[in-house]
Amino acid sequence: MSDTLPNPLDERYPGYDVLDKRLTPSWNDATRRVIDARLAVPREARFLNALEWRTLSALCDRVMPQPTYRPPVPLAAYVDQKLLSDTRPGFRDAALPPQRETWKNGLAVFEAEAMARHDQSFHALTPSEQEALMIEAGAGRLGHAGWSAEQMQLFFNGHVLTDILGAYYAHPTAWSEIGFGGPASPRGYVRMQNDRRDPWEAIEATPETVEKTRKENRNVR
Amino acid sequence: MSDNPLHTPRALNGRAPDVFRKGAWVPMREYSQNEAVDFVVIGTGAGGGPLIARLAEMGYSVIGFDAGAYFRPLEDFASDETSQSQLYWTDERLIDGANPIKMGSNNSGKAVGGSTVHFAMVSLRFRPEWFQSRTKLGYAVDWPLDWREMWRYYDKAERDLAIAGPISYPWGPKRPRYPYRAHEIGGAAEWLARGAEAMGYQWSETPLATVSAPRGDSPSCVYRGFCRVGCSTNAKQSQLVTYIPRALKAGAEIRDLAMVGRIETNAQGLATGVHYHREGQWHFQRAKQVIVAGYAIETPRLLLNSATDRFPDGLANRSGYLGRNLMVQSNQAVYGRMKEMVRWNKGPPSLTITEHWNYEDKKDFFGGYCWMAQGPLPLEWSAAVSSSRGLWGEALRQKMMDYNHQVGLKMVGEMLPSMENRVTLAEEKDQYGLPITRITYGWQDNDKTMIQHALGEMQRSLELVGAQDIWRQENDTNHLAGTARMGFSAESSVVDADCRSWDVPNLWICDGSIFPTTGGVNPSLTITAIALRTADRIQTLHRQGKITL
Ligand SMILES: Cc1cc2nc3c(=O)[nH]c(=O)nc-3n(C[C@H](O)[C@H](O)[C@H](O)COP(=O)(O)OP(=O)(O)OC[C@H]3O[C@@H](n4cnc5c(N)ncnc54)[C@H](O)[C@@H]3O)c2cc1C
Ligand code: SF4
Repeated sequence: MSDTLPNPLDERYPGYDVLDKRLTPSWNDATRRVIDARLAVPREARFLNALEWRTLSALCDRVMPQPTYRPPVPLAAYVDQKLLSDTRPGFRDAALPPQRETWKNGLAVFEAEAMARHDQSFHALTPSEQEALMIEAGAGRLGHAGWSAEQMQLFFNGHVLTDILGAYYAHPTAWSEIGFGGPASPRGYVRMQNDRRDPWEAIEATPETVEKTRKENRNVR
Repeated sequence: MSDNPLHTPRALNGRAPDVFRKGAWVPMREYSQNEAVDFVVIGTGAGGGPLIARLAEMGYSVIGFDAGAYFRPLEDFASDETSQSQLYWTDERLIDGANPIKMGSNNSGKAVGGSTVHFAMVSLRFRPEWFQSRTKLGYAVDWPLDWREMWRYYDKAERDLAIAGPISYPWGPKRPRYPYRAHEIGGAAEWLARGAEAMGYQWSETPLATVSAPRGDSPSCVYRGFCRVGCSTNAKQSQLVTYIPRALKAGAEIRDLAMVGRIETNAQGLATGVHYHREGQWHFQRAKQVIVAGYAIETPRLLLNSATDRFPDGLANRSGYLGRNLMVQSNQAVYGRMKEMVRWNKGPPSLTITEHWNYEDKKDFFGGYCWMAQGPLPLEWSAAVSSSRGLWGEALRQKMMDYNHQVGLKMVGEMLPSMENRVTLAEEKDQYGLPITRITYGWQDNDKTMIQHALGEMQRSLELVGAQDIWRQENDTNHLAGTARMGFSAESSVVDADCRSWDVPNLWICDGSIFPTTGGVNPSLTITAIALRTADRIQTLHRQGKITL
């Protein structure tokens, strides 16, 4: 392997878990409060109806497929929670209605197109059939009665991707996966240079060192 | 819980939060609504904060209003991108135009301290020629300010904010040594320096508003890298921990969670006070002078919403310039992957800079730009990778695993003013029943040429240090300016050199919206320097009998 090729491991930071630092000086009370609440999200639809929830769950599986060797991040639950609390980003493309309506309309278009083309619900399609519809939406080629292809494109790129990825990379599981240090107050960091690691930072494995690294990362906190 | 700063005001009953001590308070003077105070200042950010402090220190009665919360950083700030969106202005705004501006996290705050509570602390001076870009450089318009005078106010602002910077800064006229030593540079910042050296350009440690040694109640920066979602240690010298505590000490009142909806004017065309929403009701505060410092969207919105029969197009809008010439800064970036472990999230995100193209005039576009090292947190990073590279699914998940090897360079570039880029009122109403804004933006040819130039240069820099898998983020913008331009005449600007409106003599605007041009550096130090100057000018005009109090 050339050393400039990306590391081929799926588990780059085996054994590393940001949550192991929960009681260390890297986490303050405010952080514990918000992360505890995040981990306790109810894993059910509270804003969307049953069919919308299934469509959303299918979209989540395609936007961020998750490995089976660890519990998945409940992505649909976070999107639903965001809609329930109506947390908004501070801007809205003038071509779209408010966020809740946009989500409901967009999900309905995926469902309606799936029925029209395959005579099956979106969530029942094969992953590649679902992806094909998603790619069309993202490219601005998927409209449906009363909802233009342009709106669908704005919905897919500005809401589907943003909200699902926003849910994933706000989760400690994703932080551990990419070797991010996670919360860091008040302790912060000391070793600033390239290739320097503070003892509370993750160690990256190479294909030869997976098991050794897994052991070492268990002590990272 | 009653102590939720987003739901219940904290500055009440003669006290305000002591931001440096958990659960503690500092005394606060309070004024009655019927007493016409000398100054009401709307907004407590980079412009409002220093004005409130200086005017109070001069002995005037002052109330600072902010629609946002009064945070206690030590208790309220988590190390978390999602929950810290509590710092942003997230009320609805409509965006359109050829290049719609993403609002919220990237450019506008809502808190006591304004956007400086979550800004990235980069504290730079304008190139002197930018105050006369028409005369000296042949584009846009001149400012009615003299750079030599500005240089003195920059000195003052840098001392007030204890800027940590290099012993000698490579560009521009001589300036004093920065008050605090420069911060140690991190891995990502080092790649900028090496790239610049390979290109034959100068680079520098970036002057930053976070302390490199303890200052009063602020500890040194601990390099946690969450600066842009709020500093939980108080190392960052935001207005919340600098000018606002000074203002309280000098007898100013702060009203948090107080949204000003309308400025009242009388038959003589003078401002008499402000209508504001607090604790579920509308109130009226009388004032002798009103200063608006709500930034480039909310400032024109408030003035447009304050229209009367006498001022049918909004207050201070005889010129028709109010809301026009909105400017963002181009914030494109180039990213790559190193074989080293860079861990770019450590430390403030922009530890090194090159201003080469701000001071070099041999180029095929107007204006200038700088670039700085980067260290985005995971949420922001995943959004950039996904939207710029068109990735999602397994391909994105794999790319994200390179996080700790990533480096990047991001420009801050000068977009030129255009009458068509503007803020108007929409039909839709917000939670206070006030019309929301529509923000229309499109890049011009000069902007596009500059962006391509910068992307090429930043890419070359990364190539020269051996970065792999290089790609460009072509769509990002940040920082706002314009919409209430400062100028030489009532026909072509909204305020004069003293930030006083041409049309309503006791109405002032002092924030980023008065910029006629936006320069190729981050704006807040210039906003603060102008606010410090405005306070001095107000005192002088008062002594000369040109202001009635
Ligand atoms: C993520 C981010 C990073 C940044 N990084 C940098 C940087 O590194 N360097 C730099 O120089 N600049 C940076 N900036 C930009 C800088 O923060 C702003 O340019 C600057 O704070 C603007 O100052 P201002 O006084 O005009 O407005 P603000 O600081 O935004 O203050 C305006 C205040 O007015 C209040 N307000 C508005 N309307 C009303 C109303 N009607 N009633 C009551 N209150 C109202 C708002 O709540 C807000 O608190 C950054 C901005 C962001 C968002
Ligand atoms: S890196 Fe420094 S300035 Fe930034 S959040 Fe941490 S302590 Fe504050």
